Amino acid sequence: MNDFSQSLQLIAAEELLTVVGLILLLAAAWMGDKGSRVISIVAVAALTACAFIAAPTLCQGAMGPDRVAFSGQYTADAFSAFAKILIYAAGGAALIVAPAFFGRAGSNGQSAMRAEYPVLVLFAVLGMNMMVSATDFLTLYIGLELNSLAAYVLAAFLRSDERSAEAGLKYFVLGALASGIILFGMSLTYGFTGSTNFTAVALALDGAMSTGALFGLIFVLAGLAFKISAVPFHMWTPDVYEGAPTPVTMFFATAPKVAALALTMRVALDAYGSQAAAWQQIVIFVSLASIIVGALGAIGQSNIKRLLAYSSINNVGFLLIGLAAVTQEGASAMLVYLAIYVAMSVAGFVVVLMLRDADDNPVEAIADIAGLSRTRPALAWALAAVMFSLAGIPPLFGFWGKFVVFQAAVNADLLALAAIGIAASVIGAFYYLKVVKIAFFDEPANVVSANGETGADAIGHKVLLLLSCIFISPLGYLLTPWLGDLADKAAAALFFAG
Amino acid sequence: MIHTIAFYLFAAILIASAVLVIMSRNPVHSVLWLILAFFNAAGLMVLVGAEFIAMLLVIVYVGAVAVLFLFVVMMLDIDFAELRGGFMKNFPLGIALAVALLAELVLGLGAYRAGKLELGQADGTAATLAGRSNIESIGGLLYGEYLFLFEAAGLVLLVAMIGAIVLTHRQRTDTRGQNISKQIARRPEEATINVKPEIGKGVQL
Repeated sequence: MNDFSQSLQLIAAEELLTVVGLILLLAAAWMGDKGSRVISIVAVAALTACAFIAAPTLCQGAMGPDRVAFSGQYTADAFSAFAKILIYAAGGAALIVAPAFFGRAGSNGQSAMRAEYPVLVLFAVLGMNMMVSATDFLTLYIGLELNSLAAYVLAAFLRSDERSAEAGLKYFVLGALASGIILFGMSLTYGFTGSTNFTAVALALDGAMSTGALFGLIFVLAGLAFKISAVPFHMWTPDVYEGAPTPVTMFFATAPKVAALALTMRVALDAYGSQAAAWQQIVIFVSLASIIVGALGAIGQSNIKRLLAYSSINNVGFLLIGLAAVTQEGASAMLVYLAIYVAMSVAGFVVVLMLRDADDNPVEAIADIAGLSRTRPALAWALAAVMFSLAGIPPLFGFWGKFVVFQAAVNADLLALAAIGIAASVIGAFYYLKVVKIAFFDEPANVVSANGETGADAIGHKVLLLLSCIFISPLGYLLTPWLGDLADKAAAALFFAG
Repeated sequence: MIHTIAFYLFAAILIASAVLVIMSRNPVHSVLWLILAFFNAAGLMVLVGAEFIAMLLVIVYVGAVAVLFLFVVMMLDIDFAELRGGFMKNFPLGIALAVALLAELVLGLGAYRAGKLELGQADGTAATLAGRSNIESIGGLLYGEYLFLFEAAGLVLLVAMIGAIVLTHRQRTDTRGQNISKQIARRPEEATINVKPEIGKGVQL
């Protein structure tokens, strides 16, 4: 346990984000929407600084009571640092791609980019920081709400666009319902254990579990399954991903997913760690259902953003296999998969953002990318790399993520789960390969403009795409020892507390 | 002695104003009686030593909710006479609801009397510390142990406010707002011109 000043030092990244967010909010009020570019740059710089704060924690594999702040409400250990670095990267990417998209989305030649966008992203990242560091149900809930409220607004950010407003409203109503379910579960857990602290809850739940506490566990897990968009709580995902502005969709598919999955891991393995048998079967069911529904649902989609939404549902299923193993190896495998998943999603959405027709409107229909390899070969190859990687086909790096997760499941004697997962990933491969086939072998539809974009925004897109494509390319395998080492340290920190 | 007098005073006024809330014909008066009822309930809370709840009653219920009610009642033109017109028609339904509520009350009291309601024993952890009022205890927790979460909750509210403004605020270009500084900075020599229009021709401004 630490005293107050030590606690304040442990939350340095959160303090930095808060102060920068508040200053940028004032800057946004005074400079107006003209200042949005400067504000975005400062926000990206703040996220980078936060990543440098988190990096030493991760590299040292920090864990234990020294890293606990505010009498057990918050933990700045290696596990949270791993998730935070992924969140900062995803948040930064969402800030970099935004000006170009919103610049074109405005009506009457006016940019739809507003100075509040980077501020909201910063506060969403702050909420996610609290989620991954939460070791108390109250911290969990406040972090979750901070992130969700910012996310609802971001989904409806293109106010004049009907689909964006619909996405925002749907996300808000269903998100509020899920928050209510989590709160109900939390209050049951609190009522039956007498504490909101994860460690104390785990102690109190040790041994035989009462029905009330079991209900609490189920409600909390159901609410979290909504937040990570796992089947059967996935229905909102395709609509929200399709309707939200593409940079925001990219943000949703990466950062909040990492945060909510890390949170689910911490809640399941830490707070309910003494009752692993009670939730293991739930996680196995949710994981298999997500893999199968995600794979089958994607087949009929004609919009590429909806397709990527189903792909994210599918990926969450594979990630949860690691949780179902209930081992340190499984947690480490999940973290490796999460890192690869973030890179794949960023690459996929940057490709979607770069698809523009002759009038500079976004292209989202899969049929319109037919023959992309002849008009925009580089983009088509990047798309193919993303799709092969998502399908988990070696030698691309996406294969490695699936491999470590299945290996963890097999080592935990979950042979049937691993076998069904592998079979279902073959179904998933069908629609990923369909996109590649349309882009490479169909007659060109000539919808996507053959001219690449120019200017500063295009450089941002290309750098992001290049970095993420190098990461998911076979070159990524050079990183496996390093990535595996960091993920092991993070998983060890998670299991230390539990 | 004074304690008993105060209790009966608050209780009597509370019940009387509660009756008047539903009896008065004017809805604005109803809301005003409701505010009086809240004040007296707050007085009762002070008498039992729950001064924090008393403060909440005054600040939240009187300060926010009741005033909001008052605004709604005054701004919406609800014809209460017409609403009351349907009284006889809905009378059976109302009676049925009243009977159901009465049955629940009797059942609840019966169960309580039977002594089967063991919701839990007070273990003393919720008792206030000696020499500290419960406002001090709540403040100590809120600004001490839970300071981090308290500040974060403030940020949640801030984000909600930013969101509301982002989603509703729009720059209107079709209205002509008054620009006072521009008006003050205007000088007579810029504002007036002398022209001598020719016969049959207009003036170009």
